[in-house]
Amino acid sequence: MTLIGTSVKRVEDKRFITGKGRYTDDIVLPQMTFAYFVRSPYAHANIKSVDISSASEMDGVVKIYTGKDIAESGINGVPCGWQVDFKNGDTMKEPPHPLLVADKVRHAGDAVAVVIAETYAQAKDAAESVMVDYEVLPAVVNAKAATQEGAPLVHEDAPNNLCFDWELGNPKAEVDAAIEGSHHVTTLDFINQRVIPNAIEPRSAIGHFEGHNDRYTLYTTSQNPHLTRLLMCAFVLGIPEHKVRVVSPDVGGGFGSKIFHYIEEALVTWASKQIGRPIKWTAERSESFVTDAHGRDHVTKAEMGFDKDGKITALRVKTYANLGAYLSTFAPAVPTWLHGTLLQGLYTTPLIHIDLEAVFTHTTAVDAYRGAGRPEATYLLERLLDTAALEMGTDPAELRLKNFIQPFDGVTQEGYQTQVALQYDSGNYHEVLHKALKMVGYEDFRAEQKAARENGKLLGIGFSTYIEACGIAPSAVVGSLGARAGLYESAQVRVQPTGKVSVFTGAHSHGQGHETTFAQVVADKFGIPLEDVEIVHGDSESVAFGMGTYGSRSLAVGGSAIVKSIEKVLEKGAKIAAHKLECSAEDLEYAGGKWTVKGTDKSISFGDISLTAYVPHDYPTGVEPGLDFSSFYDPTNFTYPFGAHIAIVEVDKDTGKVTLKRFIAVDDVGNVINPMIVDGQIHGGVAQGIGQALFEGTIYDESGQLLNASYMDYVMPRADDLPNFEVDRTVTPCPHNPLGVKGAGEAGCIGATPAVVNAVMDALTPYGIHDIEMPVTSQKVWNVINGN
Amino acid sequence: MVPYKVSYHKANSVAEAIELLNKYEDECKIIAGGHSLVPMMKLRLAEPENLIDISGIEELSGITETENFIIIGACATHADIGRSDIIKKHAPMLEQATNKVGDVQVRNFGTIGGNIAHADPAADWPTLLLAANAKIIIQNAEGTREVDADDFFQGLFSTDMEENELITAIYIPKSAANRNSVYRKFPQPASRFALVGCAAAIEVRNGKVANARVAFAGVSATPFRDSGIEKALEGRNFNAESIEAATSNVANGVSVMQDHFANEKYRRHLAGVFAKKALTDLA
Repeated sequence: MTLIGTSVKRVEDKRFITGKGRYTDDIVLPQMTFAYFVRSPYAHANIKSVDISSASEMDGVVKIYTGKDIAESGINGVPCGWQVDFKNGDTMKEPPHPLLVADKVRHAGDAVAVVIAETYAQAKDAAESVMVDYEVLPAVVNAKAATQEGAPLVHEDAPNNLCFDWELGNPKAEVDAAIEGSHHVTTLDFINQRVIPNAIEPRSAIGHFEGHNDRYTLYTTSQNPHLTRLLMCAFVLGIPEHKVRVVSPDVGGGFGSKIFHYIEEALVTWASKQIGRPIKWTAERSESFVTDAHGRDHVTKAEMGFDKDGKITALRVKTYANLGAYLSTFAPAVPTWLHGTLLQGLYTTPLIHIDLEAVFTHTTAVDAYRGAGRPEATYLLERLLDTAALEMGTDPAELRLKNFIQPFDGVTQEGYQTQVALQYDSGNYHEVLHKALKMVGYEDFRAEQKAARENGKLLGIGFSTYIEACGIAPSAVVGSLGARAGLYESAQVRVQPTGKVSVFTGAHSHGQGHETTFAQVVADKFGIPLEDVEIVHGDSESVAFGMGTYGSRSLAVGGSAIVKSIEKVLEKGAKIAAHKLECSAEDLEYAGGKWTVKGTDKSISFGDISLTAYVPHDYPTGVEPGLDFSSFYDPTNFTYPFGAHIAIVEVDKDTGKVTLKRFIAVDDVGNVINPMIVDGQIHGGVAQGIGQALFEGTIYDESGQLLNASYMDYVMPRADDLPNFEVDRTVTPCPHNPLGVKGAGEAGCIGATPAVVNAVMDALTPYGIHDIEMPVTSQKVWNVINGN
Repeated sequence: MVPYKVSYHKANSVAEAIELLNKYEDECKIIAGGHSLVPMMKLRLAEPENLIDISGIEELSGITETENFIIIGACATHADIGRSDIIKKHAPMLEQATNKVGDVQVRNFGTIGGNIAHADPAADWPTLLLAANAKIIIQNAEGTREVDADDFFQGLFSTDMEENELITAIYIPKSAANRNSVYRKFPQPASRFALVGCAAAIEVRNGKVANARVAFAGVSATPFRDSGIEKALEGRNFNAESIEAATSNVANGVSVMQDHFANEKYRRHLAGVFAKKALTDLA
């Protein structure tokens, strides 16, 4: 039986659904203390004084640190991992992000002090007694407003609150001329709103310094434990990396927000040494709302030109990207290299230009959130396409088919070179849309819609045909684009003497099911039972190095690294087998868990060879004992999944409520290892994308207060908001990695959002309405259809 | 999310609960299901020093009936009410409401007494009790008193109760109106409380509306009956035309709440839409 392509049930689910998962907050260490952070209630204020005298006297308080203590300790702030330069070549503004601020707070939730106490409740009680005297200052929350003359400054050394400006694409003058000369130009001014990741498990960190052997352990809720270790050791605390172990146990979701290195991780690690005891910090949900890095938040004007035949002539984009108050780990990369580079979409647009300003505001930091840049690019393109179709009176599906890049496999045909730096690996864009149109029954729907309109009902259909870029690589390229890390992955495949296999991967599941998918790959390649494979991840002590899990990279990059190590095992195994079978390695073939001499029935099993490797009595000369190989895989290109999503909605005229009637998703993520897991990823992503379209979004007031910082007010999509998703796929293998896989984690979230908004606009065609700002709430819809 | 330090007292009888209430005065809170109070405590918006747990008091549980009333014990849970055949038969709107309150866990723990004592204007029960013409039975050291639902809810999180009092039961009249009753709700998408909820109980006699009680949740800081709708219906034929006329100016003269889900205009409009839906269901 082949395991690749089979919907094996997830092996990790036994512990998850029986409540036996082991998350950071489940870990209890002897002598452990608890930290609670004193956070600013204001978005922008000078700290005039911090009085800890009464708090220090309270029950159970072990130690209180303030921003002044941190400043005096000489610890650095948390660094940014990606550098983008100004158009003129100047380095981006990179203000420090100290572990605790001493002089000035820059967003509501900024950490001013930390109380460490015997219990969590005592720490919290004492934190409320830390008296901070603030001088409140005016704040700015909107990215475009922040760049205007006279806007309050977030950092004194960043004039106009500009972190950097940036452009990409064809010469601006050419694009301008093409837009001016177009037969039709569709323009959208919109905000891609800020959303909050809302992982079900709040962030948590335990710092544990053991003086007797001078070693630190940090347990943390990270998608990226090795990078956290590197950043914390080398840039923040200046402690030796080999003396620091970072463990990220089971992680309950992240959606990007747990990629980054946060102040709390470094603080509990540092303070544990100072007090000589372990320190646990776990975010309260209210803290998560204001301290987990947020996502999206672009103010954009986008213009797309068309010729008289409906062919796209040019795309011009101006975006203000909100980075929040501090630079989170990958923040500069998201609106630039993960966004501007995707503006080609699936279309042959000959001229593209994006001009971007990345801006500081008095808000929580913004960084990668499921899709990271690609949903923003997709939203922009797909809203333009459907709006253009409405304006020009053409069919939105036809308009897309007319403008699609022709199919190319990336093997016999070259990859597609875009106008915005990327070269797509392989694609067949017509096929996904045709398949989705067939699934939806497009012609029947248009007839149904017409009949519904005659009966006063508002039905609408919306399209989104997207491309995304996963597994960003190779390291040399991302380095030239400003990444301060490589983007390869490591994998060690250790065959035990009895033929059981332990795999150590630098990818780190926070819900994706790596323990199943990776095991399927290994068991399949070795021809051994799935139960004979164990996947080890999330511990810097066991795994050599890793770049973590984000950007749908785990299988494409991490899985490929595993395959490289498998190949090395099989190659060495063949040498041992050849010795045992008295033939040459070239005469052997490996299948079904054994090496067989071609054309004979002489064979030797995987288990016999692994035992021989560790008990090398009868053994080939010049071959080392053992069967254990590591690989570092650095891809040659990104991978480019794509798909077609179609939403059907009904709008209730009386209430403005949008009901999603159907959602069709045809995605091409390359080869599929576990269809059930891929479908699950698509389902989750689609739900999240719908969340942004209809429900989610921060509401800041002018003073920088987040008004909907709880589940009583921040609307998450729920099961009863969603229809049964109709998902299918096409398979266009990735030509440049050994598994032919592209990545599935973000696709749903990238494709879904514009499909839903487009469907609402289609439903509202009788009212001549072409845009409503997300989230498309009942109130907004009711307002526009009533001309309010 | 941890509350301030709190002492816990288990009351085994109503008398004992009242004794504890008198002992701790303004430094205590009654707890039953804890689904309104505990979140407030965890957010540190409420900080009682003592909790008096009445959830195990037998005499406060269950749903029974007399000739003229349904008697709902203060500690009956939303789920208890939803499962009750008596409720189903005599006041269908109450049953309809139960599957709109929170989720299964909330419904299994949250109690009707706790809900109305908390008096959240967006909660369902206060409005339903107004429409049902319910009586709230309140006990203190001196004895019991009966308060009409109309007089019980006095404002945002504010009721007619004194600190030393306990709700023991809710009486729902077995009336023709309550037998012909409905609850329609447009949930706030995050909390699923009522952005607008409309409870209507209509008695039709000889083709005419003999008695109408129409109340709203989520619209104003205090749940209220809309006398404009009621008066417009009473004595009229109960049909699309009279409903249309009666719901044309809902919440007239009432101060309407605003939040980022619904401004005044939209909320008022929704109230009209849901009043119409509710009444149309009954006509």
